Amino acid sequence: MFYRQAGDFKKSYREDIQTFALRQDRRAYYVLMAIAFLVVPFFINDYWASAVLLPFLILSIAALGLNILTGYCGQVSLGTGGFMAVGAYACYKIMTSFPDLNIMIVVLLAGLVTALVGLVFGIPSLRIKGFYLAVATLAAQFFLVWLFNKVPWFYNYSASGQINAPARSMFGFNITGAEAHAPARYLFCLALVVLLAWAARNLTRGRMGRSWMAIRDMDIAAEIIGVDPLKTKLSAFAISSFYIGVAGALFFSVYLGAVEVGEVFGINQSFLVLFMIIIGGLGSIMGSFIGAAFLILVPVLLKNVMVNGFGWPTDIAAHIEFILIGGLIMLFLIVEPHGLAQLWRIAKEKLLLWPFPH
Amino acid sequence: MSPEFLYTLEVILNGLMAGVMYSLVALGFVLIFKASGIFNYAQGVMALFAAMTLVGIQNGQVPFSHLINAVFGTHIHGFGWTLPAFVAILLTLLVMILFAYLVERFVLKHLVNQDPIILFMATIGLAYFMEGFGDLMWGSEIKVLDVGVPQGASFWLEDFTAGWAAEGSEYYGMYIDKLDLVATVVAIALVVSLTLFSQYTKTGRALRAVADDHQAALSVGISLRKIWVIVWAIAGFVAMVAGIMWGAKSGVQFSLSLIALKALPVLILGGFTSIPGAIVGGLIIGVGEKLFEYSIGPMIGGATENWFAYVLALVFLVFRPQGLFGEKIIERV
Repeated sequence: MFYRQAGDFKKSYREDIQTFALRQDRRAYYVLMAIAFLVVPFFINDYWASAVLLPFLILSIAALGLNILTGYCGQVSLGTGGFMAVGAYACYKIMTSFPDLNIMIVVLLAGLVTALVGLVFGIPSLRIKGFYLAVATLAAQFFLVWLFNKVPWFYNYSASGQINAPARSMFGFNITGAEAHAPARYLFCLALVVLLAWAARNLTRGRMGRSWMAIRDMDIAAEIIGVDPLKTKLSAFAISSFYIGVAGALFFSVYLGAVEVGEVFGINQSFLVLFMIIIGGLGSIMGSFIGAAFLILVPVLLKNVMVNGFGWPTDIAAHIEFILIGGLIMLFLIVEPHGLAQLWRIAKEKLLLWPFPH
Repeated sequence: MSPEFLYTLEVILNGLMAGVMYSLVALGFVLIFKASGIFNYAQGVMALFAAMTLVGIQNGQVPFSHLINAVFGTHIHGFGWTLPAFVAILLTLLVMILFAYLVERFVLKHLVNQDPIILFMATIGLAYFMEGFGDLMWGSEIKVLDVGVPQGASFWLEDFTAGWAAEGSEYYGMYIDKLDLVATVVAIALVVSLTLFSQYTKTGRALRAVADDHQAALSVGISLRKIWVIVWAIAGFVAMVAGIMWGAKSGVQFSLSLIALKALPVLILGGFTSIPGAIVGGLIIGVGEKLFEYSIGPMIGGATENWFAYVLALVFLVFRPQGLFGEKIIERV
């Protein structure tokens, strides 16, 4: 009744293929953008930035990247943490080697470095498929983390083995370092998220995305109709790694500021991002965001309720959190294997007909 | 014989023993994969959970005591008994069977006919769930598992091998943990009994039929659901054995569940569907990583055990994508 397509006429091909086909969706999107860019920065404080918004934004980028590889191209990867570490360390090395370089350029360069590394680890995917590939990507995960631990050049021979982000600013606001400005950090990440999500959306519905999906659905058939598996798989690995590398660079420089590689970019990080795209929805841009929001917000919420609300010890709260997350993953897979994005889609379709479904 | 050679031999032997431990975990994977096509990521957590339950039952811990204490403000901790190891193992086995039933009832039943990847993800969810559940039930502190498995260096072997070295060289014999020897014996017994079970019993034949073809098995009247419960129960039993061995070796703690990750390259080498493959794969990984750490590790900074197995599996896969003993992958459009 309130949500409908009546009267929303498409007068050109461009209008017909736009991302938000319904006028109401478009408006909601613009409103959301306006709130995110113009309202939130004035109310954000350090707690909200560090506990909720920054991890959400940064991990959405990682989820977008993994979704391109796993959701669109069908190559399961458990090496996300390792690739994020590459992004973080590339970012650190570039920041410390070229102190005058703009932080935005540094982050994008770190993404490019990660893309190259991803390309190398993507080569086996031409022969290995499915689970086997997932295990092969574990090699990337463990090897990369080990490498960053063992080779002192990567952490500039610092005594602790940690990497610390030096202070960098844009337009006079500190984005990294100890005295970073919360709204500036937030806006910096948000700008990248919007840019990258827009790029991902258009990549996945273009020629490249179609060849990814063809490979995902059946690689032999795709090969027969003329999709080049080499180019397609490697481009998916490179682009996905670019996203993940950018996420890693942001995670290190803007979000945490100091990183110990085994802790932050371990196998758990890989699984976390994988869960995000499963819960959110494989092969869906929207799903990447929903999944990231879900897995960032739910633990914060649970912790607040159980520790601050009920006054339970933190270890019990942590255990219950594990149980709930595990249970929810199973529940979602049973109820809707295609994730929350699919539920959202179904809800919208129902709403279009509501209250008179035929 | 020169001490150099003997050291290398010792490294190889220890690698074999470590490999047996990996194989124990990998076995459980293969069982479930063969029978239901599910890649059960939760196998490692099942081992952890079984070991925790065993310790908890043996020491008479009250389940969920932390939670109960937190909610009701009480101070209960234990029933105050210590059960004999044998009884505790039996009770743990019962718990694992119950667990198998519950998993089938509440998770697998609803996921029939889904993509393997979806099922894999479901087992990851299950792993998370069990990890939290086990910690909540028995507490997350590191526990000592003692069911009477002998431990410590085998002096007999040390004295025996010390005589092998050349006269005057400083060689004191090989160090091999008794626990590893026991584990080897247990693993052999396990494989033999599993093979006998699947070859010579009615249930075993049904298991093989299901592994071969789900629909054909259904059509001759084999209940898939019953078979799945049985398979998960057997996998639970294997997990318990692995949990006992690993728990006795390094204490019952969270890192126990990570051996699941170590079992993955073992499976890759051996092939997902082959029980002997799991053993051979485990041995190759065990020996390979110990030898690599011994010979090349010191040159590149050590701790290569973290990744060697995966890189070995990766290189191996490029040349033989189906593993050593796996069925040949045939793809059709």
